[in-house]
Amino acid sequence: MIELRDVAKTYPGAGRGAKPFTAVEDVSLTVAAGRVLGIVGHSGAGKSTLLRLVNHLEVPTSGRVLVDGRDLGALDGRELRAVRRSIGMVFQQFNLFRSRTVLGNVAYPLRLAGVSRAGARARATEVLRFVGLEEQARRHPEQLSGGQRQRVGIARALATSPGVLLCDEATSALDPHTTGEVLDLLRRVNTELGVTIVLVTHEMDVVRALCDEVAVMSGGRLVEHGDVYDVFARPRHPVTEVFVRSALRDLPGDAARERLRARHPGRLVTVPVTRDAAASARLSRLLRAHGVDFTVAHAGVGEVRGAPLGSVTLALHGEDADVDAFLAGLTAREAARDATEDAPHGATREEAHGKAVA
Amino acid sequence: MHADWHTFWPKVVDATGETVYMVLVTLALSALLGTGVGLALHTTRKGGLLPSRLVHTVLNALINVIRPVPFIIAIVALSPVTRSVVGTMIGTDAAVFPMVVVATFGVARIVETNLLTVEPGVIEAARSMGAGPLRIVVTVLIPEALGPLVLGFTFVLVALIDFSAVAGTVGGGGVGNLAMTYGYLRFDTSVMAVSVAVLIVLVQIAQLLGNLLARKVLRR
Repeated sequence: MIELRDVAKTYPGAGRGAKPFTAVEDVSLTVAAGRVLGIVGHSGAGKSTLLRLVNHLEVPTSGRVLVDGRDLGALDGRELRAVRRSIGMVFQQFNLFRSRTVLGNVAYPLRLAGVSRAGARARATEVLRFVGLEEQARRHPEQLSGGQRQRVGIARALATSPGVLLCDEATSALDPHTTGEVLDLLRRVNTELGVTIVLVTHEMDVVRALCDEVAVMSGGRLVEHGDVYDVFARPRHPVTEVFVRSALRDLPGDAARERLRARHPGRLVTVPVTRDAAASARLSRLLRAHGVDFTVAHAGVGEVRGAPLGSVTLALHGEDADVDAFLAGLTAREAARDATEDAPHGATREEAHGKAVA
Repeated sequence: MHADWHTFWPKVVDATGETVYMVLVTLALSALLGTGVGLALHTTRKGGLLPSRLVHTVLNALINVIRPVPFIIAIVALSPVTRSVVGTMIGTDAAVFPMVVVATFGVARIVETNLLTVEPGVIEAARSMGAGPLRIVVTVLIPEALGPLVLGFTFVLVALIDFSAVAGTVGGGGVGNLAMTYGYLRFDTSVMAVSVAVLIVLVQIAQLLGNLLARKVLRR
């Protein structure tokens, strides 16, 4: 288990008279063993610094970091290095040793941990088999593709059987196909080996594909933290909203909305699709009850953590009175409002959903 | 009076031997000392493994003071120190002392510069695995920079052959001394030509060996 208690990291300003820079401010966060947490944020939001606080590659200016109950700030250099051996780390640029073979890279942390040469070789081979690179053992990193290099990076991080794996933008240097392979591997690391994973990313698709929980950073602060489905369904912070939209792509943008209005003379209404199957049934009943027809104008529904999530924008056809009655019923049932104005800035996703957009 | 080449060849061989001796002894000592200073310079820099502004500033200043001094001036300026350390101001051993002093700081800068080519991320990776500073220097920093380091030391080796010839002209032994005393002072063009030829061959051999070794290390 990882516990961050009110951690902050401030860097002294570079040069004379420069202002100190606060990268992370008062963040408290707990990650239970066996969980996969994604930390998202725009660049400069402090997420990479936050990750480095977990293994004390960066020492917090204030606050405490506890890993399995041990306060890292209370340890001396030797003890801290021992704890780091129980926390693997994977990097965006892989950071493999060019002077060593693939096997040598994976064996390196084992040698550090005092494992014999033969023992390190055996264990490194075993881990390389797990990531599917046993045959590449004698090659050098520059002879491998990006995806293979990252798998070597993961194998190296797992060599000492750590309970925690920290991933710093582990897929950001990879193409979409290779990203998928690396994410599949990380999922196996979590499910088959039971390793707790904390990963930093700016891609919400990575969070959606892999994480149990998501934490959102903005301006050095933790602005949102929760179960991935809940955060996707009901983002509370504007920054979170932006990230969720980037992954779901379900709501028409301003320009798309103009085109929809031009194309569909009737009223447009956007209704959410969630794991609440009864809601869809109610919508269907309501349409029939008021004799309202529809055309699907825009839609984006996909799976988040195995459950459907997204929204559908319908163009309504029927008598004005019927449409009004339908919308009134929808409003009452779905906590949606009939409104012709656009959603106010910063409105929660819930408000934006179930709302007539024209 | 020009050299009688039947009896002069052994002198050339001896002088070449002296030059090789001076160069190799200097290379060994300056590589040892210079690598130490270069590592200290690299590790104490801001954001380094063992940051120390004081140590870094002092070493940096020392290098910047010694490096611009022309070698021939350094030999003369250091001669009192040479006498107290080596016991004499002339001969091969007396030439080695200023060569080591000057080369040490040259090597230090070359080592520091080449260590900077190692990606900080690789060092961070080693730290994340629980490696301590000394361990990182020995198992990551030096191996990762070995290719450029070999080329850097080759450059130093060639420079030392040059240094040894300069030292020869002011009382050190070797091919430089031969060229000075027989070739220059006695106007013997053939001795001068042979001396130059020997120096060229030595430099070629040094460069060839360095390139071969670097290619092996860099795997290209």
